[in-house]
Amino acid sequence: MLEQLSAWFEGVKAEFILNFVEKNRWKMLVTGLENTLIITFFALLIGMAIGVVIAVVRTTRDQTRQGKRGVGSALLAVADAICRIYTTVIRGTPVVVQLMIMYFIIFASSDNGVMIAIVAFGLNSGAYVSEIFRGGILAVDKGQMEAGRSLGLNYLQTMLHVIAPQVLKNVLPTLANEFIVLIKETSVAGYVAVSDLTFAGNRIRGATYSAFMPLIAVALIYLVLVMFLTWLVGKLERRLRQGDNR
Amino acid sequence: MITVKGLEKSFGSLHVLKGIDQHIAPGEKVVIIGPSGSGKSTFLRCLNLLERPTSGHILFEGSDITDPKCDINLIRRRMGMVFQQFNLFPHLTVLQNLTLAPVKTGLMTKEEATDKATKLLARVGLVEKADAYPKQLSGGQQQRIAIVRALCMNPDVMLFDEPTSALDPEMVGEVLDVMKKLAEEGMTMVVVTHEMGFAREVGDRVLFMDGGVVLEEGTPKEIFENPKNARTQDFLRKVL
Repeated sequence: MLEQLSAWFEGVKAEFILNFVEKNRWKMLVTGLENTLIITFFALLIGMAIGVVIAVVRTTRDQTRQGKRGVGSALLAVADAICRIYTTVIRGTPVVVQLMIMYFIIFASSDNGVMIAIVAFGLNSGAYVSEIFRGGILAVDKGQMEAGRSLGLNYLQTMLHVIAPQVLKNVLPTLANEFIVLIKETSVAGYVAVSDLTFAGNRIRGATYSAFMPLIAVALIYLVLVMFLTWLVGKLERRLRQGDNR
Repeated sequence: MITVKGLEKSFGSLHVLKGIDQHIAPGEKVVIIGPSGSGKSTFLRCLNLLERPTSGHILFEGSDITDPKCDINLIRRRMGMVFQQFNLFPHLTVLQNLTLAPVKTGLMTKEEATDKATKLLARVGLVEKADAYPKQLSGGQQQRIAIVRALCMNPDVMLFDEPTSALDPEMVGEVLDVMKKLAEEGMTMVVVTHEMGFAREVGDRVLFMDGGVVLEEGTPKEIFENPKNARTQDFLRKVL
């Protein structure tokens, strides 16, 4: 019994050394993790920026549709149409296809895979984030905008000081979910030869012909990342809930 | 102070206001009564352009606020408004609710606004609630805060849109008391309400609205004791 156990342990140890220690293969995972984090972080920033702009354009357009004429209103209509097309196209096609179109067609002359992945995932995320923010804005009672405006604050001031903080609280759980999805979505970056975490694990598997260790390691790293993010968002959410019943 | 000429408002095919002409003098307390759907709230909300009139003109202290060139934000700073649903900002403390607009519009410094807010809070007996959040307060307290919030801008006129309709009965009194005190101090007030007692006691002039027009107007004594219009008589019989 004891002998069997120690034999099994020896086997695991050998596997571990083969997959991670030999030829410093663990460094591939570290580089992969770095790329995954870089892509996720910057795609997140791009996605948020795009998402907020689209959400504001679309809700402003919805709220001011009646009775307004003029150049501003026409511009808003055009912007609104562009946003709708963008959202439809992005949400209607798989992210891998978008990534490959970016890499092989639009940025065919560049071989900076990480940069292209950032742009592709950022553009993709923007479409989803915009819908999250739009829902968050619509969930704020319209009396809030009226109260702000009736006090003499202009539209932008009211948006910034009255609506935005409430929107942030509304969207945080859904937004956190989108970020978690994004982290894991970047695992397809390998399609365009970006060595992200998944790609690194798969390369180790290809070199050692041993699947268990590298793939489980990759899975664990993703899991820890996501758990950490969830914890962080939970903390932030509690701070934003100050105005609720205590 | 406010002159309304030929005011009309439609929502799509729904004709809500069908031509209203009114003049509200400085210091006057005008109370608007009428059945629901008569257009009284819409009329009030047109006065500070929360609803944009379909046609007609509204003059406030000499400027035509329906003119597209008029800066409505500057006008609204001089017109306080109190809503049926209070509409306090739930993410801000009471004090932050009160000082937000005066500070952000550049009317006062943060110190001046805090000073003003504290004085006004004392007058409605809610100083100790300065650091509370709106959801921790009762409806009556919230509405008193909402009145103070509007007053913090030093408005020339106060508009009240059914300020007690969303309150539990035992909280109506405390809000009306604040409004009465305000009236005694000479504030110009336009009040849409179902509180006939308040209308009778505080109003200089009562407007009875129905079907998008002012059917009858007069002193509270004339309207409540000797209504001429059959619809006014009918309405008062139901509510008194």
